[in-house]
Amino acid sequence: MNAPLLEMKNITKEFPGVKALDNVSFQVAQGEIHCLVGENGAGKSTLMKVLSGVYPHGSYSGDVLFGGEVQRFNGISDSEKVGIAIIYQELAQFPELTVYENIFLGHEIKTGFLMDWNETIKRATEILKKVKLDVNPALKIKDLGVGKRQLVEIAKALSKDVKLLILDEPTAALNEVDSENLLNLLRDLKHHGVTCILISHKLKEVIQIADTVTVLRDGQTICTLSAQQGQVSEQILIKNMVGREIDNIYPRRERGQTGEVVLEVRNWNAYDPNAGRAVLKDVNFNLRKGEIIGFSGLIGSGRTELALSIFGNPDGYHLNGELYVKGEQKRFGHPRDAIDAGVAYATEDRKGDGLILIQDVKQNITLANLREIAEQGVVDNNAEVKVANEYKTSLNIKTPTVEQKVSNLSGGNQQKVCLGKWLFVKPEVLILDEPTRGIDVGAKYEIYTIMTRLVEQGMSIIMISSELPEVLGMSDRVYVVASGKIAGELPIAEATQEKIMHLATN
Amino acid sequence: MSFFNNAKTVLQQNIREYGMYIALFVIMAIFTITTGGTFISSRNIVNLVNQTGYIAVLAVGMTLVIIIRHIDLSVGFLGGFLGAVAAIAMVQWHFPVYAAIPLTLALGILAGLITAFLVAQMKIPAFVATLAGWLIYRGAILVVTESTGTIVIPDETFNAIGNGFIPDIPGLEAFLPGVHKLTLIIGIIAIILFVISEINSRKKKEAYNFEVLPNDMFIIKLIFMASLVGGITWLLAGYQGLSWTAVVVLVVVIIYHFITTQTVLGRHIYAVGGNPEAAELSGINVKKITYIVFGSMGMLSALSGILFASRLQSATTTAGSLWELDAIAAAFIGGVSPAGGIGKVAGSIIGALVMLSLTSGMNLMGIGISYQYIARGAVLAAAVIFDVTTRNRGK
Repeated sequence: MNAPLLEMKNITKEFPGVKALDNVSFQVAQGEIHCLVGENGAGKSTLMKVLSGVYPHGSYSGDVLFGGEVQRFNGISDSEKVGIAIIYQELAQFPELTVYENIFLGHEIKTGFLMDWNETIKRATEILKKVKLDVNPALKIKDLGVGKRQLVEIAKALSKDVKLLILDEPTAALNEVDSENLLNLLRDLKHHGVTCILISHKLKEVIQIADTVTVLRDGQTICTLSAQQGQVSEQILIKNMVGREIDNIYPRRERGQTGEVVLEVRNWNAYDPNAGRAVLKDVNFNLRKGEIIGFSGLIGSGRTELALSIFGNPDGYHLNGELYVKGEQKRFGHPRDAIDAGVAYATEDRKGDGLILIQDVKQNITLANLREIAEQGVVDNNAEVKVANEYKTSLNIKTPTVEQKVSNLSGGNQQKVCLGKWLFVKPEVLILDEPTRGIDVGAKYEIYTIMTRLVEQGMSIIMISSELPEVLGMSDRVYVVASGKIAGELPIAEATQEKIMHLATN
Repeated sequence: MSFFNNAKTVLQQNIREYGMYIALFVIMAIFTITTGGTFISSRNIVNLVNQTGYIAVLAVGMTLVIIIRHIDLSVGFLGGFLGAVAAIAMVQWHFPVYAAIPLTLALGILAGLITAFLVAQMKIPAFVATLAGWLIYRGAILVVTESTGTIVIPDETFNAIGNGFIPDIPGLEAFLPGVHKLTLIIGIIAIILFVISEINSRKKKEAYNFEVLPNDMFIIKLIFMASLVGGITWLLAGYQGLSWTAVVVLVVVIIYHFITTQTVLGRHIYAVGGNPEAAELSGINVKKITYIVFGSMGMLSALSGILFASRLQSATTTAGSLWELDAIAAAFIGGVSPAGGIGKVAGSIIGALVMLSLTSGMNLMGIGISYQYIARGAVLAAAVIFDVTTRNRGK
């Protein structure tokens, strides 16, 4: 075998408090399709960002060799120069520009200072033929479906004379037919000498197409498997992806006890008019008093959409189906209605839409229930401080005073402020979306302890989580969500990481 | 030494908050010197307040609009137009003044709600929606004044709003002649209330073990604020006393200050500005807040138009031009953040005073209008630069 096209040696990348990559080594041979798999947060994206220069040379330790030479990329443009192109899941395209403009954006064909449109269109047509996309290059990107946009993005990479093509979850948003086309195209490109790294959660796809598979877990390379030697199978992949023992950070609790149903959703459908697609299809589930149900699934599977559609539907989906809260049929028109009915939702994106970062801890905690501390519309500032201090103590929020701005708090403490805010509305159903994302183990343990205390007091919790150990460690029952549908329901006694992965990836 | 250290830390921590007070003070001091004391004369200060009035009320409304991350360019001509409507109501339709004013305010609210509908419901950027309003109301003024030209308002009660003064207590002419006693009493009461409320809130904070100003700094702050209010009171009382315009502005400022700092509605407004998505998910109806804020802006535009028409005792075809820019500039000078969620009503009033002090001072110095614009632009830029550079310091 020839010298590898790409070699990444002993890459270590640290973020404050987290080792995202720990001594990772990774080799890609010339002309192969190499799949990179691992759970959410295993380090795949970080590794690709090191490779493409998003994290510049010097911000990580270790060496990147491309074509046998050590590379020091200081940005994407450096890696593009040597022939590395990366296509992200969220396409970086310009919907209002035409297909040919998008393809040649950044390396326009010019005569002197002027654009040579005729040559641009001619070349675009040729490249589109290569990716087997039969569209008029003068169409605007926004008029194409997701599958075709993906192909335009690949065409763009080809127009730059790409040697190594990296695709991050390219089929996540595609339907079966488009996925199949894309995979065929990758095979075809392989025959034309383009090497390809494919990041994918869909194991079937990986098994179908990979020459080699590298498994990452917790920022480390677990193994590299060769298809030719018959090492790639779903079982082997899943075992290597999850192969971690559940730590003892989950508080003990009598699990699987059942109370009466407090929340139930039947034949629940949601259509997102902005994205122009159905986000939820025939979802049925129920939640009982005093239990935690875990919603597991891949990113983008529809878990957050499900939570939002229940919680007053702020994104304006077209909803269809029945929602029962404590036996009564409901349809919330605004988050306020949901809150009033005893349903609270702590968002996955604390900083984006959870907290008001420029305000202080007490203002954030009381925000959703100011009525409680106000008389005839006038806020009692002293009562507010008292309430905030109560939550500061009971949730162990580490801040000098409750008048500290939340932007100055650590992630874990911000999450506790979020929790405090929702506990102050005294809900019966608490939906937590990725409650421990991006926080350290100590704070995680505290959050788990709080959750345990809450369900023991009779609250019911829906926990949306991409971390399988957490789902298994905390839930009474697990619902697996895939492509906007409930792919399965598992009582905790029967749930294993393998089973969940299997349901989520099929 | 600890006194100076205290002073230093307090200044450093609160440089943003105190910055504009200091700026106003410096500007006033400079003009007092350069005009040989004319600037600080009772007569000029009273004029200054009366001229600031219509911009000040606009600045108050604009503060809220900018806090919720919008802008309203239509307020100037809307005010001018509604001033003309008030004049027409009294002169042509023979409405009594007590009906004309509420009618005008109601129309203002209606206009604000229309803007809010475009912004909140139709999702049109406020800049565009209110630019359209700017043009429409500009045209509307011309339409209603087309046949008559300037409409002279004969109603004395109406004209008193912009030109009159509150009456003095009768029967005290012998005591302190030449001084307006009621104004003096109001000023003294204001100082006493201020001192009491400051001491109370300090006591409450101490009870909760919160950080408070060091004693010496607290006393200095009290003395400074008390002498500021006292000084202004003395100046006003030495002329004809408190003008009705000043009373109107004070009432508006007190109400809006109270709403923004003490009420649930105020909290919701700041929350929407701080993070609209988080506010919506916290059960706050962002649309409703948008309606309220633009509705209030419309009402204040009407009030502004009334103040202006009353001051000129007539409705003119040019009323309203550039008011919106003065109001926006006042808000920014007063520390309102263009990014939303931050800003104080009191700050914007100080900002309005800064802008008007500049105009008045330069007028007295005989500086031409061309250089006045340049100077005001420079001050606006400097204020915002100061604001941005100090924002991330301190706590």
